Amino acid sequence: MSRSTTPPTAGSRPSAGSRPSPGATGRPPRLEVDALTVEFGGLTALDDVGLTVGDGEVVALIGPNGAGKTTVFNVVCGLVRPRSGSVRIDGRPAPATSRLADRGVSRTLQGLGLFGGMTAAENVLVPLTGRPRRSADGERAVVAVLQRLDLLDLADTAVDALPYPERKRVALARALVTDPRLLLLDEPAGGLGADDIAALADVVRGIAAAGTSVLLVEHHVDFVMAVADRVVVLDFGRVVACGTPDEVRSDAAVEAAYLGLEAAR
Amino acid sequence: MDRLVLLVSTGVARGLVIALFALSLVIIWRAARIVNFGQAAMAVVAVYVAFAVHAATGSYVLAVLGALVTGALLGLAVERGLMRRVPGATPMPGMIVAIGLVMVLQSLLGVLFGPRHRPMSPVFSQSPLYVGDVPVLSRYDLFVLVVALVVVVGLGLLFNRSTLGLQLRAAAVAPEVSRLLGVRVPRMVTIGWMLSSAVAALAVLLLVPTELGLNAHSADVLFVHAFTVAVLGGLDSPAGALVGGLVVGVLISLVTGYASAGLAPLAVLGLLTTVLLVRPGGIFATKEARTA
Ligand SMILES: Nc1ncnc2c1ncn2[C@@H]1O[C@H](COP(=O)(O)OP(=O)(O)O)[C@@H](O)[C@H]1O
Ligand SMILES: [Mg+2]
Repeated sequence: MSRSTTPPTAGSRPSAGSRPSPGATGRPPRLEVDALTVEFGGLTALDDVGLTVGDGEVVALIGPNGAGKTTVFNVVCGLVRPRSGSVRIDGRPAPATSRLADRGVSRTLQGLGLFGGMTAAENVLVPLTGRPRRSADGERAVVAVLQRLDLLDLADTAVDALPYPERKRVALARALVTDPRLLLLDEPAGGLGADDIAALADVVRGIAAAGTSVLLVEHHVDFVMAVADRVVVLDFGRVVACGTPDEVRSDAAVEAAYLGLEAAR
Repeated sequence: MDRLVLLVSTGVARGLVIALFALSLVIIWRAARIVNFGQAAMAVVAVYVAFAVHAATGSYVLAVLGALVTGALLGLAVERGLMRRVPGATPMPGMIVAIGLVMVLQSLLGVLFGPRHRPMSPVFSQSPLYVGDVPVLSRYDLFVLVVALVVVVGLGLLFNRSTLGLQLRAAAVAPEVSRLLGVRVPRMVTIGWMLSSAVAALAVLLLVPTELGLNAHSADVLFVHAFTVAVLGGLDSPAGALVGGLVVGVLISLVTGYASAGLAPLAVLGLLTTVLLVRPGGIFATKEARTA
């Protein structure tokens, strides 16, 4: 499987992450985050962060807790306003939060964020409700994605009653049902066992093979190594390394900055 | 025994009006996380419009439509014009604005129409029907019962079987997540207000013929009962509003019938206190859903 990757220089410092990945066609990358700086009160959560995700590329954003990974997602989704910097999706400025789905962007949340009191199927249907689709098409899309994630038998179960791995899959199904072109996954393997993680890796690879770009935050080393084309390492809000999984793994700076990655395994 | 049947069946009809109004409070609570203390005053304004429509056309159906449409438009105006401009981080500012709205609306109605009660004759007779020779509820109570049930079932279908309802529920449960998923949350809040105000207007319109008539304060007691019921049921729970409304309606009817009307408010207060002591979150309250 050959996918375009930014020519990586392991050990290169922040600018490496912000280099745009030139697609063969010269089209703008699916996601382009440039020189992003975010402050919360006195805390600099992101400092001049740049990264790109090309078509069908899987990029892992890793780093210790509090490094600013979720904040990157929040800026891309318009939930946090950056002090400076830009986010472009397919070359255009990122839309308002409620228009993300229209622009083909889906996201899962670190805390799942399922709608309590609704069934699995209802949760998955929500992203389709705002769109001008015939309801039969919507039903079909829901059934298809539930089937793909092995949730069809649980479609009418209240999500509150599902075990954690299944709830996690419902959250993924809800992100996939709109057939996104850019998928942001916040710790998709968190709390899952080995079998579920292996299945998840298959799903992510399948999504990317079909052309969807994936940016994912994950602590789980094996999972990252299995699915990522490129890895961007954040520490204290800065990009400290960027490259293929192997390059990043052997990067001394990464080890120094981010012992937690190995420790978490 | 005959008296019990009459009191209970009448209580059920009265209780359904309370339940409708409580349902309207639940709808707004779920949509906007505020208790709309202005609900009764807004509904009364809508019923004044319904009276005017009735006087002009003689048609009760048009009067009902007038109440519903005016209620919905008032909900729209209050949400877009007032509530949206109030800081929403805590519920207090919104509630204070709602209380201010009550004062303004009731003063305006007082200035425009004076304190007297305008009677409204019910569309159906208020004398009891008989099953065999047992008196049960009146034709009008039966009408109220049917209308209330239709509205409750309709709301149930809307919220649980339609995509609009799904969006309303999603926006109520987790507004931020809903926005991420493309739900137009501000629009859902507005629709929640419109639905809620329309239902409240209908409840007051159904209530007025069974009371002295219409004036600025006609719905005050209904509000207190409905608020009690909404708290009893758990402000989040439509089923709680329904059951609570029926219980309070029957309780008031029985206490009024067997003891005295003056004791009814005390009985309601006793019920509220007992329930809150046993289940502080309300009978039907679910655990607060954790957000992302
Ligand atoms: N909305 C917010 N307000 C204030 N501080 C925040 C907010 N969101 C995140 N932070 C802070 O920014 C830093 C980065 O957080 P986050 O992006 O969640 O880290 P990560 O996802 O990498 O664990 C943390 O110190 C966190 O406490
Ligand atoms: Mg995080």
